[in-house]
Amino acid sequence: MTDQEVQNKIKTEEYFINMGPQHPAAHGVLRLILTIDGEIIKNVEPDLGYIHRSIEKMCERDSYQQIVHLTDRMDYLSSHINNEAVCLAVEKGLEIEVSERVKVIRTIIDELTRIASHCLWWGVMGMDLGALTTYFYAFRDREMINDIFEETCGARLTMNYNVPGGLMFDIHPNFVKRTKDFIAHFKTKIPEYNLLLTDNVIFHKRTKGVGIITKEDAISFGVSGPVARASGFSSDVRKHHPYSAYDRVDFKEILFTEGDTFARYQVRMMELWESVSIIEQLIDNIPEGETKAATKAVIKLPKGEFYQRVETARGELGVYINSTGNKNPYRVKFRSPGFSNLSILNHISKDVLIADLVATMASFDFVIPDIDR
Amino acid sequence: MTNEDLQNIITGLGTDLEFTTEGSEFLNVIVPKEQLHSLCSQLKSNPKLKFDYAFCITGIDWVPALGVIYHLNSTELKHEIVVKVMVDDRENPTLDSVHDIWQTADFHELEIFDFFGIKFNNHPKLRRLFLTPEWEGYPLRKDYVDEANMIIK
Repeated sequence: MTDQEVQNKIKTEEYFINMGPQHPAAHGVLRLILTIDGEIIKNVEPDLGYIHRSIEKMCERDSYQQIVHLTDRMDYLSSHINNEAVCLAVEKGLEIEVSERVKVIRTIIDELTRIASHCLWWGVMGMDLGALTTYFYAFRDREMINDIFEETCGARLTMNYNVPGGLMFDIHPNFVKRTKDFIAHFKTKIPEYNLLLTDNVIFHKRTKGVGIITKEDAISFGVSGPVARASGFSSDVRKHHPYSAYDRVDFKEILFTEGDTFARYQVRMMELWESVSIIEQLIDNIPEGETKAATKAVIKLPKGEFYQRVETARGELGVYINSTGNKNPYRVKFRSPGFSNLSILNHISKDVLIADLVATMASFDFVIPDIDR
Repeated sequence: MTNEDLQNIITGLGTDLEFTTEGSEFLNVIVPKEQLHSLCSQLKSNPKLKFDYAFCITGIDWVPALGVIYHLNSTELKHEIVVKVMVDDRENPTLDSVHDIWQTADFHELEIFDFFGIKFNNHPKLRRLFLTPEWEGYPLRKDYVDEANMIIK
């Protein structure tokens, strides 16, 4: 008998196993029901809703200003970008043009948020694969960004800095200096990250050729963000539907074609450089101007439908607002990147090892409240 | 492609299609529910349209009808439309699944089934995704009442 025949013969009985809801690799309460044959995965069925708060239903009850504060509880690592999505949608409905100053500040903080999010992802990706040091490196640098946020808007994570029409208040006098200090510091740290993990041969063996997504599948499953770009699907909202100040900055959309876990890793690592470059282009040229356009105390959007998408650290976040002209929206839908990205997990996890599923999930960078909403 | 060009092509793909751009940045196509699947598969396969990316699928409760809104994009030709479909039956609303056209619809249809109770024919495994299997009612419908957990103004 050949090896393959022996392997076929010693098949074990398939059985179910729960991965989660309390599993360290899920980074939150995600339950995956795995059907496994020995250590080979046959089927992955996600079971969601452990932290579902029905934000969409709450939005139907709240005013437009209040909705903004719910959104940073979705993808809490992209809180500023989520807030911005709702603000842009409301501004679109009211036909308000925010000042140049607001656009530039929003863009700078968007990119700082993206760096902070990618730092956290890099730290925990290493940790998921058994490299604990990455976590401490990443959190050391992410801390500096959180301090900048804390000084400017009083919060480190759920920032609530955007309001419909602009910003809640102007930036702190130290903001520009501290951001520049951080950029100078961080540019010396990305090479360090690469030395520690990117060039590690064990890391290559765990990630190369694992969890491959083809471009056709990425489009069909509605995958977005770094996961899609690693498969060659050009989906960057900042490029295709520019908002805020993205139309005037020069940056590359990072595209890979391999579609494996290592390609997803490389996309994010190179996006760090692009984010640094965007901030450098804007930080010395923040225009003077109003930080908030005048809005009425009670915002009523005209009758109609408003759709706004933004690029969060995880991908395309869409906000659909259906208004009947009242002070509350009739229906709000958040098209969250995590939910669509999760839908492809079963498709790419058939006949792989459980350990490879952990590596794949780490490269997807799931934030569970973003999936559950 | 402009909205007029899109409308001219899509008009030929079905009967009784309604078009509107009122109150929306996209061209809206309202399709009778019987033609939903055939229209969607043609929207994807037609070489002039190639809508291959369903970037948002939304359930909605237009009292008394229920509905689904599909936001579609062509990654190659860069145009976008919105397809809307309505179902009047609130007791047993049924639509055809489009998961075989855009695989992302699999999860989005589960979410719509969970919160609006719309059943999808030919869906591979229709089940409660967020809520528990024994949950009664569909929370995102406008007439849903849960006195314990909702603040009703």
